[in-house]
Amino acid sequence: MNVHLHLWLIPLLPFVGFLLNGILGARLPRWLVTVIGLVAPLVSFVVVANAARSFFGLGSALVSIPYIETCPFSWISIGTLHVDFSFVLDQLSLVMLLVVTGVGFLIHIYSVGYMLGDRGFARYFAYLNLFLFFMTLLVLAGNTLLMFVGWEGVGLASYLLIGFWYQKDSAASAGKKAFIVNRIGDFGFLIGIFLLIGNFGTLTFAEIGAKLSANPAWQGGILTVIALCLLLGATGKSAQLPLYIWLPDAMEGPTPVSALIHAATMVTAGVYMIARTHVLFDHAPFALGVVAVVGAATAIFAATIGLVQNDIKRVLAYSTISQLGYMFLGCGVAAYSAAVFHLVTHAFFKALLFLAAGSVIHAVGGEQDMRKMGGLRKHLPVTFWTMTTAVLAIAGFPPLAGFFSKDAILFAAFQQGPSGMLLWFVGLVTALLTSLYMFRLWYMTFMGESRSPEVHPHESPWSMLAPLLILALLSICGGWIGIERFSQFLMPSTGARLAESATPHLELYLTAAAVAVALLGWLIADRLYRQKPELPAQLANTVPGAYKLLANKYYVDEIYGATIVKPLLGFSRYMLGWVVDVAILGGIAWLLGGTALLTGAILQRWQSGNLRSYAAWLALGAAAILLFMTAPSMLGAAGVNIHLNWMGR
Amino acid sequence: MSPFAQEVPLSWYLLLSSVLFSLGVVGFLIKRNLITVFMSIELMLNAVNLSFVTFAHEWHAVKGQIFVFFVMMVAAAEAAVGLAIIIAVFRARATLSVDRINLMKL
Repeated sequence: MNVHLHLWLIPLLPFVGFLLNGILGARLPRWLVTVIGLVAPLVSFVVVANAARSFFGLGSALVSIPYIETCPFSWISIGTLHVDFSFVLDQLSLVMLLVVTGVGFLIHIYSVGYMLGDRGFARYFAYLNLFLFFMTLLVLAGNTLLMFVGWEGVGLASYLLIGFWYQKDSAASAGKKAFIVNRIGDFGFLIGIFLLIGNFGTLTFAEIGAKLSANPAWQGGILTVIALCLLLGATGKSAQLPLYIWLPDAMEGPTPVSALIHAATMVTAGVYMIARTHVLFDHAPFALGVVAVVGAATAIFAATIGLVQNDIKRVLAYSTISQLGYMFLGCGVAAYSAAVFHLVTHAFFKALLFLAAGSVIHAVGGEQDMRKMGGLRKHLPVTFWTMTTAVLAIAGFPPLAGFFSKDAILFAAFQQGPSGMLLWFVGLVTALLTSLYMFRLWYMTFMGESRSPEVHPHESPWSMLAPLLILALLSICGGWIGIERFSQFLMPSTGARLAESATPHLELYLTAAAVAVALLGWLIADRLYRQKPELPAQLANTVPGAYKLLANKYYVDEIYGATIVKPLLGFSRYMLGWVVDVAILGGIAWLLGGTALLTGAILQRWQSGNLRSYAAWLALGAAAILLFMTAPSMLGAAGVNIHLNWMGR
Repeated sequence: MSPFAQEVPLSWYLLLSSVLFSLGVVGFLIKRNLITVFMSIELMLNAVNLSFVTFAHEWHAVKGQIFVFFVMMVAAAEAAVGLAIIIAVFRARATLSVDRINLMKL
């Protein structure tokens, strides 16, 4: 029964890789850096796979589930609060770990080809391994505090990798933006942790769950507040309204980083966190409703922006935000297993989309503007076919992965009564938009004739194509397990499986509707971008206001700049900078220093160098002391009672 | 106990001590020659010694007399160091007037 799975190896190995490449990388030959950078995630993946084997009883012995590994030393022990370094492996973290280490390893391989010519090769792999360390820590964490450590750590890795080409001004400020916006979310998470300590006295997920299930009548109230705080954290990390603004800018980083961190794994941490703490959300229906509304609103909001973007990576970034919105929608209707299912399939096809986009960018010499591409199908056959798979998957065509998971979320939303139907409708419209902007990207990039004839594209090396092919396979087959079996498997971690449909054939109708809108999106894209390429420009001219609004991303950055950033900057600069710093603090310092200087200037006249003046002061002082000492006895002569007590009397 | 001692009242001794001390203070303040100043200090020390001995005798306490020995030893050491300094100063500046030894200032 007691097999040791050595979970601690999973985060530790990438950390060792980070240390080796980070400290020595610049002096090591490139092949050694590559080996170190690849072996760490590979061995982590092997450990995870071994754990999965034991999990399903394929290995030597079955482990008890959830399997917990605790560091023998306690971390924090204050009063009644005890926090350990504990790793928990259950169904949820196993699925997440497989995705993180598996997709992570593929993207490591891809990076070897993509980053080969870069000066910061070793630095890149060091950061990438650091990210894997923190991400696996986040996933394995058995309590919210350890999760928070991983949470902050992936934020750091994300910051480092977004600003990887720090010589570029835009990359450096994009990194800062991501970090600062995430701070707001982390603030909410931290407050949530404090409230958990205050109200539960423990941070361990299992104990929180036990306390809540022992007390089923405990609903709403402080639980709603805690859940909303956690949700704020999740919206920051997972780029949801209103904190999504950092993700499009994060595309300044290298493309494999966008694939790994800003599409497949890190941004799904918010979804993972909500699924992990779902007992809290189950006891706070209002917070759950907020999750659903935030998810649906983000999904459609980001999809509309994605329609008019011209940068290939930005289209994918808004698509990521939109798909994350789907996952939040799934969480919000308590279909956690459906959300996690979509998380997994999305990791496959969105990583594939980004990597294929990276291959395209690599092929055309760093160009990211789709208006200058076109006709790449002939030059990049492997990239083209894998990308096509991913586009079909995200648009939701059966039998590809995205179809199953998106369908599961929409179906779960539909069953939540009238408000659920509204959410379902928003999701359906988003599906239409998703299909539309993905096929727009597809047509603009690969179809038609090249719009930059001077560029001679070349297919990428095999180290980049192999991950594409594997991910394409996963994007096709990833959904075949089906939501029924998947949710059955996840049930111990994420609660009851999805409700069966009350109406017969309802699921079939909904599926048909979803496929129909996907097809409709394709047809519209086909008409706009293949048959009549002049039509989009005309359309933009007919409704210039709407087009401008979308092209400028609803002016959200500008609104935030004017309402939050500018007043804050003004407050910092004038109130804190001038009034507090210069006037008050500077004034106090100046006053202290001035007093000392002035006193010194007066007192230094005493040191005249004239021996007789010193002697005079000495005598004067002695006389003063004498007077002081004898004053009591003089008073005694005047009738005051005095005791002399220093002569041993 | 000598009968002679009993005829001299305590206040005389103290008066003599304070006169000697005052002479020492005045000499310390007004004399210009460094050696005279130094001698004035010795005078003050010995005035204090006199009062110590007086009180020790008056109260039959030995502490005062022990203290006098301390003071004498310190005075002897001080005389040695002080005279050495005075010689060094004289060699360097060829004068012993305290008004002209005034370089130790800001």
